[in-house]
Parts: sequence; C-alpha cells; structure tokens
Amino acid sequence: MCFAVLTVSQYVSFHKPLFSIILRTTMQPNLFSETLTVSQITFRIRKLLEDNPELQDVWVTGEISNLSRPASGHIYFTLKDKNASLRCVMWKMDAMRTRPALQEGAAVEVHGKIAVYEPQGQYQLIASLIQAKGEGALFQEFLRLKSMLEAEGLFDSERKREIPEFPKTIGIVTSATGAALRDMLNTIRRRQPMARVILTPSPVQGVDAPPALVNALVSLNKQSPDVILIARGGGSIEDLWAFNDERVVRAVAASQAPIISGVGHETDFTLCDFAADLRAPTPTAAAELATQTTLDDLHSNLTYAQTRLTDLISSLLADHRTFISTLAARLKYVSPERRIRSEIQRLDELTRQAASSILHRIQLQSARVDGVSKRLQALNPTGILARGYAILTRASDGKVVGSVADAKDEMTVRVQDGEFQVTRTSNANRS
Amino acid sequence: MAKSKSTQKPVEELTYEEALAELEGIVEALEGEQNPLEEALKLYERGQALTARCGALLESAQLKVQKLAGETLLEFEEETE
Repeated sequence: MCFAVLTVSQYVSFHKPLFSIILRTTMQPNLFSETLTVSQITFRIRKLLEDNPELQDVWVTGEISNLSRPASGHIYFTLKDKNASLRCVMWKMDAMRTRPALQEGAAVEVHGKIAVYEPQGQYQLIASLIQAKGEGALFQEFLRLKSMLEAEGLFDSERKREIPEFPKTIGIVTSATGAALRDMLNTIRRRQPMARVILTPSPVQGVDAPPALVNALVSLNKQSPDVILIARGGGSIEDLWAFNDERVVRAVAASQAPIISGVGHETDFTLCDFAADLRAPTPTAAAELATQTTLDDLHSNLTYAQTRLTDLISSLLADHRTFISTLAARLKYVSPERRIRSEIQRLDELTRQAASSILHRIQLQSARVDGVSKRLQALNPTGILARGYAILTRASDGKVVGSVADAKDEMTVRVQDGEFQVTRTSNANRS
Repeated sequence: MAKSKSTQKPVEELTYEEALAELEGIVEALEGEQNPLEEALKLYERGQALTARCGALLESAQLKVQKLAGETLLEFEEETE
C-alpha cells in the first residue's frame, strides 16, 4: 500500500508522456478529429488521472507553501521543491486528525490521491495524511519514547519474568476479529488444549486502541491468568502504532501476569515488545511460546510415570520375595528343633538328678528322725512310769515333789495309766 | 508426601494438575521411602487410578475459550470459516 515517496519534480516527470501527448495533439491538428468542449477534455483528463491506481495511493514529499486554512476546516497548500509545485487540499475530516502543526516551509510527506479540480482545470493532491519529513514523525516519536522509557528502566532485563512452561490460563489481548486471534487459538488448541483461554478483545489500531488495550490488560489481570499474550497481525508503522503508545507500554510493564508480545511480523519491533517479558516475532510464535509444554509432552510424562510406577512396584515385590526366601533359609538354619531336643534331654537329666537327690535326703532325714525318736522315747517320762515309777506332785500347786521339803499333805500320784490323790500321814524325815 | 491421607479425594474429582501432582508424589514415595508392602501396594493402586485419570483428561482435553466482557466471562464463539 505504501509507494516510494516521490518529490514533486519526480512526480511531474513521471507523467511527462501524458503531457507530451496533449502537446503533440495540439501541434499536429487532425482535421477529422471531433472537437471537444473544455468540459469534455477536462473530464477525459480527470478520468485518465483518477482511474490510474498508482495515482490514487501516493506519497509525495516537499515543502509547504501558500498554506491557507479557511473557516471551512479544509486545508489548502502547495507542495514545492526547487523545480516543481503541486496543489494540495486536505479535507476537514482528515485535517482534524493531523498531528504535526502545519506551517509554511515545513518539509513534509503527504499521502493522498491525485484528483482534478475541473473549474480551475487543475490537478491536485487530495491529502489524507501529512507527516514531518525525514525519519517520519512516528519514528521520531518512537525513538523519543523508547529512550525515555529505557532510561526509566522499563525495559530492564531484570524486570523480565519467567514465562510459565505449562500455563493453565492464557490471557489474550487482541482484536476479536483478526487473523491473529484465529492463528493463536489454533496454535494453542493444537499444542495445549488443556489450557483455558481468556480473550479480552480490544481494537488494535486507531485512536481508541491505546486506552482500550490498557483497559483490556487491567481487567484481564484481575482474572489472574498465568500468562498474557498481547498480539496483532502485521501492518504499517501507523497500524502498529498503538503498541508504541506510552500508556500501552506502561500497562504492559505493569502487568502482574508475565506478558508475551507478538505484534506484526518478524521485522516489526514495537515498544510493547521491549516492555514485554518475552517478545515473539508473530502472534503464532507468541502462542507457541505460551505453550512450551505441549499435550504430547504431557502424554509422554504420563507414560513415563506409569512405567516408573509399575517398575517400582515390581521391583518392590521382587525385593520382598527375595527377602522372604532369604529369611526362610535363615529361619531353617536357626530352627529351635535341635535346641528343643537338647533342652528336653537336659530336663530329663535334671529331673533324674532331682529325684535321686530328694530320695537321698529323705532317707537321711528319716534316719535322723528315727534316732531322735528313739532318744525321745528314752527321755519320755511315761516310759519311766511304765517301768513302775510314779511322779508325785503337790495337789495345791502341781509342783513335783523331789524332796521331803516339798511334800505337803495333799498330793497327787501319777502312774503309767492315770493318777490318784494321796494324803501324807506322817512328817517327813530327812534321810 | 503421598501417605495414605484420610482426606483423599476420589480420582474422578481431581483436576489434571491435582492428579499429576499426587501421581508424582506417589512415584517419589515409592522411590524413596521404605514403605510397608501393604501401603506400597495401596500407593501403586492409587497411582494406577491417577494415571488413568490423567490419561482420560488428556484424551478429552478441549481448549476452553472465554471472552472477558467487563468483569464477566462469557463463552467465546469462534467464527468458523
């Protein structure tokens, strides 16, 4: 859509053949040709110029002169360089959108289409866009903003955040109708359909785009997505301009969620790209960078986990089996059977020893008992009584009468089979 | 660690992330700790169920696209060509 910017002279000489034809026709009159009215020839010229697509979309560079801004709101001026001049008009609607302040002598680039103003028999440029000459106003603005924001540290690499490998929620800020959205959704769907996409549609060009993009970023952040894609398909620097807007760039830098920008084509760089945590060359590439872990990756992870799980449990079971058979062998080796047998034997032995020792002691004791018993027998007073002795005791106090002095009148006599009372009849005589 | 939790949810109620995280925990537990055999077998069974759950979720995955209108999320109807 953009053609080379032509100087006014280049522009005029480019169309020289046209003027020559007109000239030649006048110099060699053809008597049989029909005669045209001024209106007719002017109409023909107009048609010739206005039907030429190249003349309907053209950039011309020159200096502004004869600038006039009447109350109608239209702007009239002449674009000049040292060899030629071109009448220009800019209608009110376009004039209101013109950024640079127009002034006499300003070097500008004008975009528009060639038309013919029939009453004056003049061709002129209907200008739709005027920008400062040179690098272009937009580019100058771009550089100014870039160095300003850069100095603020907005583009510092320390500010860049990690893009999650497997974001659950992917936010998208782009036009709801563009091919960019379709490309991104297709890419995400193909690579990672486990994800959820939250689209926050916004115009991506025109004066409304910057505030709308800022709003979209702010409200999308409230949904706490894991990553945000801000994207737009390719276009001219004017088309992409919203992504160089200071407000948008600041909103990108301020986003809580990490941002991947995918604006335009590979060769397009916008300030959003610098402020974003990651720059993707295209919207599709942005979608790819947001889906680093693909469904295929998840499938193979799962297969791995399953294999690992089965391997682990199999080896665990095998370990247990081995362990058990080892234990069984050790158990057999340390079996108590042998010990039990020897313990029984020992027990038998002890029982026998105990029995014999007890017997011995019993015999011993019984012999002792016999002896003692015999001795006891010998000492038993009743034994003496049996041999005819008697025991004399005092009836009053039961004391044995062992001497004359002990004797009292009433006494008891104990004999072998009982006792009886006796009375003393004479005083005792000591022998 | 994936010890037998009394609060264990049935696998059908788990999200992919939950199921995967638990599965990873189980593999780790089986790799690392000396679990009593009975517990290890329980972990394995749970692991198998989690694997099946993850697989089913992967198979049935369908990209969900929502559109944010103000504060509300609406289903986004894509234009089909």
